Amino acid sequence: MRPFTYEKATSAQDAAAKAAAMPGARFIAGGTNLLDLMKLEIETPSHLIDVNGLGLDRIEEIDGGGLRIGALVRNTDLAADQRVRKDYAVLTRALVAGASGQLRNKATTAGNLLQRTRCPYFYDTNMPCNKRKPGSGCAALGGFSRQLGVIGTSDACIATHPSDMAVAMRVLDASVETIRPDGTTRAIPIAEFHTLPGETPHIETALEKGEMIISVALPRPRGGTHIYRKVRDRASYAFALVSVAAVIQRDGKGAVALGGVAPKPWRVEEAEALLPQGPKAVADRLFAGARPREDNAFKLTLAQRTIASVMAEAKA
Amino acid sequence: MTEGYGAISRRDVLKTGAAGAAIAGSIGPGQAALAQPDPAAPPRAAVGLKVNGQAVRLDLDTRTTLLDALREHVKLTGTKKGCDHGQCGACTVIVNGRRINSCLTLAVMHEGDEVTTIEGLGTPESLHPMQAAFVEHDGYQCGYCTPGQICSAVAVLEEIRAGIPSHVTADVSKPAPMTTVEMRERMSGNICRCGAYSNIAEAMADVAGVKA
Ligand SMILES: Cc1cc2nc3c(=O)[nH]c(=O)nc-3n(C[C@H](O)[C@H](O)[C@H](O)COP(=O)(O)OP(=O)(O)OC[C@H]3O[C@@H](n4cnc5c(N)ncnc54)[C@H](O)[C@@H]3O)c2cc1C
Ligand code: SF4
Ligand code: FES
Ligand code: FES
Repeated sequence: MRPFTYEKATSAQDAAAKAAAMPGARFIAGGTNLLDLMKLEIETPSHLIDVNGLGLDRIEEIDGGGLRIGALVRNTDLAADQRVRKDYAVLTRALVAGASGQLRNKATTAGNLLQRTRCPYFYDTNMPCNKRKPGSGCAALGGFSRQLGVIGTSDACIATHPSDMAVAMRVLDASVETIRPDGTTRAIPIAEFHTLPGETPHIETALEKGEMIISVALPRPRGGTHIYRKVRDRASYAFALVSVAAVIQRDGKGAVALGGVAPKPWRVEEAEALLPQGPKAVADRLFAGARPREDNAFKLTLAQRTIASVMAEAKA
Repeated sequence: MTEGYGAISRRDVLKTGAAGAAIAGSIGPGQAALAQPDPAAPPRAAVGLKVNGQAVRLDLDTRTTLLDALREHVKLTGTKKGCDHGQCGACTVIVNGRRINSCLTLAVMHEGDEVTTIEGLGTPESLHPMQAAFVEHDGYQCGYCTPGQICSAVAVLEEIRAGIPSHVTADVSKPAPMTTVEMRERMSGNICRCGAYSNIAEAMADVAGVKA
């Protein structure tokens, strides 16, 4: 790990201003992704700004309906919140399907959204990787791609976004609330928060330099049956091969987003209009233009079957 | 543990032995560099922790994880380093009542925190009920994962009692039930190379008072 100086932030705006002004500065929240990558020198910050202790660890009701989740709320606390369990169960389900009990006790809302890919070549510093080292190439293209993306990818990068929580937030139409170094705030719809790789896979979100997440807002509850189905190589403590987050209404209409298949939670609103026609129609539309590789083409079939199973469960 | 955490441990003796050997042998380039003052000395910071009820004050390289602080500085080597990347659970300790992976957190981020390690749960003379149950049910073979398993197991029962849902909770709108299925799911962050899982599950069920 490279040496770094460390400070505790005194306010969110102060943290944002410092992060923008100091070259090599990074926020640290739970540390479960950043430290992992710092040990491998994939991340090499020279200054850490600890954003714990700023009072951003609360979940509050929004006037007129909805919930505002502080950026520092731990994954365990978010999953266990009574309001989330009752009105946004898909989010609880997604959270408890991720990582381990120990990790969820540390992992935060903002850190989870910003966790980096689990592409094995991103982690292997001996291999070329455009995300880790722009312009160096993509080892995954000619390599082992079983875990990697089938849609939304580019010739520069085929990595997936590994978060389970983000997939549920996408289906719930959450928005990410931030503060910028100049003190202004904005709300970024989750659909626009994560960006596709294109030619610049090292850019992963819409955040500007120094911009800090302060909360995530959920719109008022929409009812329906909430399901998160995660398919993985073992029954617990593994990243998704394919996951499906769904909120299905009694009339069969609903919202569906997928994890494990793309560089961001994958949701196509037109595909949802096809729910009454069955899982094949939905999957065909979701994956129109997919570019699977030999090792991961199975994800297309797996995704369709997982959608089918979720639809059956919602009807039952 | 009866003596204070400053006491000389087996590890100190081993370290002295290694240093002695280096002096006796030829001095390598690494050692020569150490003798010179380093202009870019890695930044340090002070942190105060309460470890197993005892206050400790440490001055650390900011890079020191809580795990390394406990093992190398507080000299509590019960907590183990398996993967150092959050993947095995060997480093599990309880901080302010919650289990975490001590390898994926910086010691300097824990000012004022209360840390409980395997040494703080019980002593050889007076075992914690979970420690006693692991002995009773043979919940280990080599023992390397055991401190992490026991810290995790103690916290898991608390998590279920607190009603926190898990991946196997059928209805998350209700409190999670105290069942072995719940316990097994929640222990998935603790890997055992020796495969003592079924005995660990029995030890936990015993302490929780449910049928394994
Ligand atoms: C073994 C293992 C298994 C895992 N399995 C899963 C899994 O199955 N599913 C899953 O979804 N996740 C999984 N994870 C990932 C885990 O969910 C993330 O590590 C965690 O959510 C990151 O949160 P954190 O608070 O620790 O982030 P940190 O490591 O503190 O930060 C991550 C990034 O976010 C930035 N950041 C943090 N807070 C802010 C803020 N407020 N504003 C702006 N930037 C910020 C940091 O600068 C850093 O770049 C796993 C992790 C491990 C180690
Ligand atoms: S897929 Fe993306 S993350 Fe993986 S090696 Fe290629 S560029 Fe890097
Ligand atoms: S050493 Fe911390 S999880 Fe393996
Ligand atoms: S007892 Fe040997 S690793 Fe678990």
